Amino acid sequence: MAKCMAGDLLKENFPEAVRDCEEFRGETSITVDAGRLREVMTFMKEEEKLCYDLLLDLAGVDFNDRSPRFMIAYLLHSTKFNNKLRIKTTVAEGASLDTVSDIWLAADYMEREVYDMFGIIFNNHPNLKRILLTDDFVGHPLRKDFPVKGADFDQPLQVCLEEEQ
Amino acid sequence: MAESRYMTINMGPQHPATHGVLRLLLELDGEIIVKAEPHIGYLHRGIEKLAESMTYPQALTLTDRLDYTSALSNNLAYCLAVEKLLDINIPKRAQYLRVLMAELQRIAAHLLWLATHALDLGAMTLLFYAFRERETIMEILELATGARLTPSFIRIGGLASDIPDTFLPRVKAFVEDFPKRMDDYETLLTENIIWKKRTTNIAPMSAEECIQYGVTGPVLRASGVSYDVRKAYPYSSYEDFDFEIPLGRNGDVYDRYLVRLIEMRQSNRIVKQAAEKLPGGPFAAVDAPLVVPPAKEEVGRDIAALIRHFKIMEEGFRPPCGEVYASVESSKGELGFYLISDGTNKPFRMRIRPPSFINLAALPKMIEGQMVADVVAAIGSIDIVLGEIDR
Repeated sequence: MAKCMAGDLLKENFPEAVRDCEEFRGETSITVDAGRLREVMTFMKEEEKLCYDLLLDLAGVDFNDRSPRFMIAYLLHSTKFNNKLRIKTTVAEGASLDTVSDIWLAADYMEREVYDMFGIIFNNHPNLKRILLTDDFVGHPLRKDFPVKGADFDQPLQVCLEEEQ
Repeated sequence: MAESRYMTINMGPQHPATHGVLRLLLELDGEIIVKAEPHIGYLHRGIEKLAESMTYPQALTLTDRLDYTSALSNNLAYCLAVEKLLDINIPKRAQYLRVLMAELQRIAAHLLWLATHALDLGAMTLLFYAFRERETIMEILELATGARLTPSFIRIGGLASDIPDTFLPRVKAFVEDFPKRMDDYETLLTENIIWKKRTTNIAPMSAEECIQYGVTGPVLRASGVSYDVRKAYPYSSYEDFDFEIPLGRNGDVYDRYLVRLIEMRQSNRIVKQAAEKLPGGPFAAVDAPLVVPPAKEEVGRDIAALIRHFKIMEEGFRPPCGEVYASVESSKGELGFYLISDGTNKPFRMRIRPPSFINLAALPKMIEGQMVADVVAAIGSIDIVLGEIDR
């Protein structure tokens, strides 16, 4: 019940920000406008009827041929009402997205990972740098155009070349 | 470099108490930690990327290598996600066996944690006791799955095979014996004054802080928040079993220890119930011929079954377009798989929600202001596995 309530409440309060609301296998996903993301997220957390206080997951997806290219999915859980909701937003290549790491501290590491793997910049993030890969790594591996086998090992690594110079 | 009154020291990545290749940069004011910064990624294998080039059944083998101390829980989480995508029903026998194995695996993972955590804090004796029981569980699991660390036994649609006849008697013997062993461990630690002094009020986290940091699992419950996926979103027939979720009060290292100990006893209860109530029937879905490969005897007898077997092994299957999230309560916290299917036989995107990665993010908050000697206690109390953090 609370699930549809989240969609309805969002539409009521941000009629122009909600793009889409879909349901698949019992999971609700709401797509919102990237520009209004912070307002929506603050609302999701602060609104007493929703109270999504736990950010469970933050995933980046690269749709390569679609425009805008990237999608970010936030999975929220409410410890008060015990339900989950997915909020999605889209980011174009080269564009940036506002951070939610001040709303949920959990987003700090997750956004760093998305930056590391997809190269999406999060505005106002306190410490946006690579997390799983080395600082001198070239490219963003989870992009669809990054080869699965990784760097071409027959070629000298770019890092080594820089050191020689 | 600017003069600083703080000293920076490097802990790890090769350090016996960081449980893998975790590197911590600690800024110290004398013995007090001013700032801590984890550096991770030494074990990064690109599992999420690799999964995109594998068929659904193939990608299962990658999940073993996440949290290698509880591989069956990882298998289960992945299979639940794919099954949700396919919308198939799993027979009760398979569900109960999955629960039984996942809970045995939880006990094994917690025993490994208990042994190494106690060893880190100087209580060496427990290691030998805990590893003895862990070995028994490993042998039981090996009996059914044929492997110790990377079983890949829970398959999409059910299990890889049925259990051998010798399996249940050994499980029942273990279940009878285990509570007595637990009492033995507790005599060593629970009221031990040295243990209490090293763990009480160390690295505390309040309930609000835990939720802010997205912490799940025993660390969250030790702070008094009752969130366990097994109760919140029951999967694989957990609603059929009678068990309790232990909660702590102070959220310190000692409470996390107590919560995990009670969890082991509760897991033991679940295993006992699953073994007693285990229904008969098939061990894998019968109404999903395009997902579950045919039995070996059938392959030898029937050419159509042979072709079907090849098809599933070579090409896999094509779930409908869509996206699902399925999660389980692994020994570390909520382990989730977010799968996006584009209608082909390979996952378009497989995002793993690793509990250890997110719990580790709370480590700096836990240890800042604490003594440097307590870092080891704090790391041990979160129970991280680097295979899962780095993926």
